Amino acid sequence: MKQVAGLISTYSSDEFGICSALYELGGMVVMHDASGCNSTYTTHDEPRWYDMESMIYISAISEMEAIMGDDDKLIHDVIETAQQMKPKFIALVGAPIPYMIGTDLKAIAAVIEEETGIPSFGLEANGMNGYLSGISMAFDAIVDRFCKKEVLKSTQTKVNILGATPLDFSLNGSIDSIRRWIKNIGMQTGACFAMGSSLEELSKAGKAQVNLVISYGAMEIAKKMEEEFDIPYVVGVPVGKLFAATVEHCLKESLETGKSQVVCQKYKADIRSEKKAAIIGESVYATSLAGEIEQQYGISCEVLCPLETEEMILRSMDKQTPEEDDLMEALEGMDIVIADPLYKPLCPKKASFYPLGHIAFSGRIYENKIPDLIDREFEETGGLR
Amino acid sequence: MLRRIGEEPSLKETKKPMKEVSFPAPFKEGLEFSSPARGTWNIVHTGMLIPQSHQIFVCAQGCLRGVVLTAAEMNAMGRYSSVAIREENVLEGNMEEFMIDGITDVLKKLSYKPKAVLVFISCQHFFLAYDQDMVFRELRKRFPDISFTDCYMIPTLRKSGLTPDQKMRIQLYSLLSPKEKRKDKINLIGSNLPISKSCELFRIVKAAGANLQMINWCKTYEEYLDMAQASLNLYYEPLAKMAAEDLKQRLGQEAFYLPFVYQEDRIENAYEKLSQKLGIQKPDFKEEKASAKKALKEAYQVIGNTPIAVDYTFTFRILSFVRMLLEHGFFVREIFADMFLPEEKEDFLWIKEHYPEMVISPTSRPQMRFLVEKSEEKVLAIGQKAAYFTGTDYFVNVVESGGLYGFDGIFQIANQMKEAFCHKKDRKILIQRKGYGCESCI
Repeated sequence: MKQVAGLISTYSSDEFGICSALYELGGMVVMHDASGCNSTYTTHDEPRWYDMESMIYISAISEMEAIMGDDDKLIHDVIETAQQMKPKFIALVGAPIPYMIGTDLKAIAAVIEEETGIPSFGLEANGMNGYLSGISMAFDAIVDRFCKKEVLKSTQTKVNILGATPLDFSLNGSIDSIRRWIKNIGMQTGACFAMGSSLEELSKAGKAQVNLVISYGAMEIAKKMEEEFDIPYVVGVPVGKLFAATVEHCLKESLETGKSQVVCQKYKADIRSEKKAAIIGESVYATSLAGEIEQQYGISCEVLCPLETEEMILRSMDKQTPEEDDLMEALEGMDIVIADPLYKPLCPKKASFYPLGHIAFSGRIYENKIPDLIDREFEETGGLR
Repeated sequence: MLRRIGEEPSLKETKKPMKEVSFPAPFKEGLEFSSPARGTWNIVHTGMLIPQSHQIFVCAQGCLRGVVLTAAEMNAMGRYSSVAIREENVLEGNMEEFMIDGITDVLKKLSYKPKAVLVFISCQHFFLAYDQDMVFRELRKRFPDISFTDCYMIPTLRKSGLTPDQKMRIQLYSLLSPKEKRKDKINLIGSNLPISKSCELFRIVKAAGANLQMINWCKTYEEYLDMAQASLNLYYEPLAKMAAEDLKQRLGQEAFYLPFVYQEDRIENAYEKLSQKLGIQKPDFKEEKASAKKALKEAYQVIGNTPIAVDYTFTFRILSFVRMLLEHGFFVREIFADMFLPEEKEDFLWIKEHYPEMVISPTSRPQMRFLVEKSEEKVLAIGQKAAYFTGTDYFVNVVESGGLYGFDGIFQIANQMKEAFCHKKDRKILIQRKGYGCESCI
């Protein structure tokens, strides 16, 4: 049945995707919800919480405030805290109850901005969608409010990295590896949305000549920046050696042609095995991994994507599998399953299971076992443990 | 150490001296910060105390996230399932049908047959005014061999009547049904953590010819059901009061409250009253009392005037505990608490009068994000939040009183303080584990 998870975990939601995307930018993010969401996010979805300051708060809405539609309390509490905390921006994040009572977070943000002079925006999450839509909303707001269209293009080849959050990449060094890889192919990293770059750096994202989209959460801003800043995008994660080379080729091609492209549609598979593998996960990362495995190991891979994505990112053999039942059906007959360990209960008995932790699914549980697969032979990383 | 992002915030007037603090709410409400200390239990941990039960949460994805990973981290995914509410369920008004079908699907998928199912609903259900009776009636009809109970994840309603923690404690025993009473069985109810088996309470209960039972020690669902045989329910956790009253009404079990106090005379008084209730002469606890005193004295000899910080997650009666430490010469410099229990008033006034400069700090005010101490000064923390905010690795890692009650409890805490003062702990790892005392894969 739809929406039932009898055996497996639940992906992180839109509220937490927003918090994760905005975490390092010096803003104040307020989830408009009862207490509970805050600790869920900071415990399971935010590996930076213990060591890196960030102003992620909750409004702690109560039943009476919800019934009476007491927006004044939220406005007062946010202004009071903002005046003490001096954030660079204020983001109000929706949740199930504000969604049900129709709270107008955009209007509330406008009032707060007028009162404080601090850029403020309302993001209409409702806790009933996946984290990628939250990341998308957050990045979209940053581009809208802070990225300048009029910046001069860099004289050196700059690549923005779009879609970096610990939810997809953990803190295992993958994002640093992508920066290093960009340097090694003779380019420079521009802005990284949003790990390791300041808000000021993001505001100059328009200087770059090309965008590298590494998670579906950044697809919307990639399209927006293509349209508004004339920056083409390349969708793919440089995992492994062969797929990284394909990503490099696509980046260089897009620089020349100015056209956007999806790397997983470009590589040539070299299938040499009769085995079939399934990769469950976020579409950009999973299809990139499939590309590397098909080229390097000659094993045919089918991506099963339980999350938001779109047709252009998936290859013809890949499937969207939002439900547990879809996954169970799609996994039948597979010889190899590569997925987060909390998917193991769905793995057919005869199939080999290769755990690949994904914070957006299993939170912090396997955090220390997620390999950095960027631009390296899988054997170097100890393989998929 | 926390890495700074952005401008320096203004942190004035976040902490207050005791003399300026009002009771029972020292700080005003507003936006809230959530510290990384996670040892206190949540509704998943508590619900898992019912043996051979299965939990099904029917909530929005964001709400499910915290509970599913609680179950996963305590290696209990096999006893947890979920049904995710999506926008269409809110808009279409088909919650009853959706729940019945979803829960039915889960139960058909399970590889085992649970004896009981705890169905957790969320704040959304209350705003949708769905027909709960109809849902449970149908579930009981479809699965007559399974006992169902309704449980609640309703943080939005935390200020309206019973809190989610109080409700959870009521529902934890809601599957008990009337049984013939036995005088030789006494329950201790409402606590997440089992009482230490060296506690004096066992002697009192034994002197009355009875055995003490707790849900924590039940291995099977039948043992859990047998808790209904007890003639008396003891409880020392204030949150369990309504659960005790519910059992009194439903099962005719008498209720007896033992306040979680740390003063010698108050403990004696509680034991005296309990003994009277049981119709026995109170056993002599001279030895236990002396041991507790001696342990405190020895702890003081080691700890001396080192500053101590205590937080509210350590014990239900933080002010009684702090007063006990102060009366034994310890230097308690700071209390971390957002609220005090009404029954703590006497201790509040005593501390205010005798230690007006003692610092009271909130744990959830937004400024606390930036008030994590980085100093080299040695501080002994009692409780996880105190350890986090004072930045010390010398801390007593106990939450929710740790089952340490009475003179024996004081004896054990004093020893733990001494041990904590002498040996560092891995603060970052230990305080971030959820559900102190539960299995944890973190």
